[in-house]
Amino acid sequence: MLEAFILTVITASTPLLLAAIGELVVERSGVLNLGVEGMMVMGAVAGFAVTNVTGSPLLGILGGLVAGAAVSLLFGFVTLTLVANQVASGLALTLFGLGLSGLIGEAYVGTPGLRLPALDLPGLTDLPVVGRILFGQDVLVYVSFALVAAVSWFLFRTRAGLVLRAIGDNHGSAHALGYSVVGVRYLAVMFGGACAGLGGAYLSVAYTPQWVENMSAGRGWIALALVVFSSWLPGRLVIGAYLFGAVSILNLHAQALGIGIPSQFLTMLPYLATIVVLVAISGNRRATAFNTPACLGKSFVPDR
Amino acid sequence: MKKLMLLAGTALALAVSAAGASAADKLKACWVYVGPIGDFGYSYQHDQGRLQVEKELGDKVETAYLENVAEGPDAERAIERFAREGCKIIFTTSFGFMDPTIKVAKKFPDVKFEHATGYKKADNVAIYNARFYEGRYILGQIAAKESKKGLAGYIVSFPIPEVVMGINSFMLGAQSINPDFKVKIVWVNSWFDPGKEADAAKALFDQGADIVVQHTDSTAALQVAEERGLKGFGQSSDMAKFAPKAQMTAIVDDWGPYYVARVKAVLDGTWTSTDTWGGIKDGEVVMAPYANMADDTKALAEATQAKIASGAFNPFTGPISDQDGKERYAAGVVAPDGDLLGMNWYVKGIDDKLPQ
Amino acid sequence: MRVELVKRPEMSRTMMLVSPLIAVGLTVVVAAAVFAVQGFDPLQGLWLFFLEPLTSLWGLEQLITKATPLVIVALGLSVCYLSNNWNIGAEGQLTIGAIVGSIPPVLFPHFVSPLVLPLMLILAAAGGAAYASVPALLKTRFGTNEILTSLMLVYCSTLFLDWLVRGPWRSPQGYNFPITIDFNESAILNPWSIGGVYVNLSAFVALALVAILAVVMRSTLKGFEIRVLGQSPRAGAFAGFSHRRMTLFAFALSGAFAGLAGMMVVMAEIQKLQPVISPGYGFTAIIVAFLGRLNPVGILVAGLVIASSYLGGEAIQTSLQMSSKVATLIQGVLLFFVLACDTLILYRVRLVGGPSRETARA
Repeated sequence: MLEAFILTVITASTPLLLAAIGELVVERSGVLNLGVEGMMVMGAVAGFAVTNVTGSPLLGILGGLVAGAAVSLLFGFVTLTLVANQVASGLALTLFGLGLSGLIGEAYVGTPGLRLPALDLPGLTDLPVVGRILFGQDVLVYVSFALVAAVSWFLFRTRAGLVLRAIGDNHGSAHALGYSVVGVRYLAVMFGGACAGLGGAYLSVAYTPQWVENMSAGRGWIALALVVFSSWLPGRLVIGAYLFGAVSILNLHAQALGIGIPSQFLTMLPYLATIVVLVAISGNRRATAFNTPACLGKSFVPDR
Repeated sequence: MKKLMLLAGTALALAVSAAGASAADKLKACWVYVGPIGDFGYSYQHDQGRLQVEKELGDKVETAYLENVAEGPDAERAIERFAREGCKIIFTTSFGFMDPTIKVAKKFPDVKFEHATGYKKADNVAIYNARFYEGRYILGQIAAKESKKGLAGYIVSFPIPEVVMGINSFMLGAQSINPDFKVKIVWVNSWFDPGKEADAAKALFDQGADIVVQHTDSTAALQVAEERGLKGFGQSSDMAKFAPKAQMTAIVDDWGPYYVARVKAVLDGTWTSTDTWGGIKDGEVVMAPYANMADDTKALAEATQAKIASGAFNPFTGPISDQDGKERYAAGVVAPDGDLLGMNWYVKGIDDKLPQ
Repeated sequence: MRVELVKRPEMSRTMMLVSPLIAVGLTVVVAAAVFAVQGFDPLQGLWLFFLEPLTSLWGLEQLITKATPLVIVALGLSVCYLSNNWNIGAEGQLTIGAIVGSIPPVLFPHFVSPLVLPLMLILAAAGGAAYASVPALLKTRFGTNEILTSLMLVYCSTLFLDWLVRGPWRSPQGYNFPITIDFNESAILNPWSIGGVYVNLSAFVALALVAILAVVMRSTLKGFEIRVLGQSPRAGAFAGFSHRRMTLFAFALSGAFAGLAGMMVVMAEIQKLQPVISPGYGFTAIIVAFLGRLNPVGILVAGLVIASSYLGGEAIQTSLQMSSKVATLIQGVLLFFVLACDTLILYRVRLVGGPSRETARA
């Protein structure tokens, strides 16, 4: 029972984690891209379409990644090159993505998709209790954890990561030191788009292999909230995404057990739990402020 | 600059009026959908009905639709827009469009309105719905025959009478085979979230159910059943493509015949405000081919379907008691339609609680 | 080849007026291309999307109706954003406001009096403000980030409304459908006819709020305080302004505006409560606020532009059977262009060849 519960939580949390880890890097570089939902849904439709055309879920995932990165460039051009307002541009990106994905996807409504196969290591996967959990997931689950580890290492253990954080904290000084603020931010935005695209592709290729309009169903917004929840720390992001996933699944199990609480209140639980946990851990205000990118959402134009 | 814009505007207006003239002699029939037609569920099926009207009535009609119309303030504008654009018959396909439909109908007495799943009528407003519960009784019988554990999982969207009636009918069908049959119910509070529906199916299977029933639209739950080698039923459309080994049958909404008949009635001038609640007999509720079940189960399902189609049997025939054991209908009494339309209680044997 | 921005010595007044026109012009080009790709006559599509909604009195009425709540909510949000408080939960404050304001007609249906209407509006504003105070208090008391809390509270509010109209507040006459009883006549906003155009009280409330806020922001101490604290909390502290009080004030104000807007939508257009009372007004208003450059008059214009893009989207659907996705796509494109062209107000854009000066210096 516990094993089954954990397996379900993993699939529910993975798309959130994938999209959120990308946005975390974007925000660390000082850019606030509220278009995660739009990039995710583009990733979902591209992932489904490519899988459908090529017959290969792996290529589909690649397609989702590319689509996410491609639409993020639109946001990048408007906010980085033309220094437009980031909040509004992100919302524009969401509208754009929802519209375009719907148009592209019209041809695929009612078409069954192919599922990304799960890992199957003879011997290991059959281990009791932990076998399926550790060795029986699809590749994107491992990718999501690898990404978190890689991002954590990159941000805090490499020089390039230091530069990225410096740009997010004080783009003026970083520029004066000779770093290309706009260049780094472009790369960060594309990375965020690629990750959101992966998260979207996960939905249409691994989670539920099908395409329906708006199938991201608000997960992009949750991913954004989780980045805030993590106070921009990759490790905490895993906790946030899995907490949210676990409480969501718990709601379904509680209902199936028939505990008699109105379903609306149970459905509120993941949202409330996220708030409560955030309040509990945000007691240390100095630490939070330390991790918040000081230039988040502010446009940068080099003085000449 | 100003002059140029004026000129451009005039040119555009001319282009439009030229395009408009050619379509003037056709009857315009219009649909308002609550979801995207790309949902492969409720709105998709209504749109299939619209396409059938186009196909069967050919160049006598012209159709139009608005999708994704929220059940709030946008609905009235959408409906009135159609009335103003010359639609002669307007189908409003969601319960939340009821009051806006009545309001607009008052302003446009010459336009015919058809509202699905509601209860308010007017001289130019007809209402229609389908007896999906008839199909759900058959699902219940199949589930009880095929389930090894005597336990089904039931995924539902929102507690409205339509859904409650479906759960009850399913249970009555199941209990007619196995009086101890149990059902576990999960509300996902959403119509469009395949991920959540899949998770709900997993939770139900993990808690011991071996058959999943849904009153949500996506194919996600069936896909989970397929993967786990378990069984389930499709909803709104035939989902066999998505779960060839898991789908035992599906309740298919076929609005086509009704829409064709109603649009024809306007063409012939015979339209009147009616209250139509069609079922298996009228071809509005269609059962997808029975599959993946034992031969005697299939025979039973076909026999029940025939009995319902001939009018010999009604799923809501007493004795029926509610959850608390109170007898609602005595033996032989058939629940009147009015009761069904407002159904807000569970039959005996269901452990879930409805919000009161 | 790359784009280089050169800061203008001061804001260009010409560009302030011309940049939106350029944006619309570019959108027209893209929209025409999209229509053509989809196999429709681009001219007809453009006419329907951009102009047709403005050609009839009914279209104008609908435009005003749709723009009103967007403008009111966006006005409140602009104060929040100017003071550097990130309230993205207006949709939730709108919902809770409408619920609290509906207490008189739902729980006391026989209370018919001219007092009901103002009472409901006051309750709605209070309810919205109270709900907005939750993220504000969490921010000031625990330092909890308000973006997350205000967004999460949106989901909670709509689920609460859902439970309410299916449970305790469900109408006994509604065949157990999820609706409350119809509001009595004193709880309804009826439109007034002005030269044949029917306009609701709410539209005038919106105009009044635009005017009041324009004056407050420009020429009162409060307006100064909002802007100073938004731009530099340190400077604000030296001037004796409290950052904490400002957070509470800004959230409460925007919550009150959202509650008011939600209540008026319900009173004018739905006249009861049901699971869905807003087609995302609280979220769309964020776009309106920024599109209007957080300026009251700008917000009024932006609200009308966004509202007309919804009407245009419906027009191309009904007249050409174009997919509703096309409209969403064009809305996104329009927004991108408007935002991008705003750059022209502050900067001159140059295309330069060769390596960037930034890298050259490095």
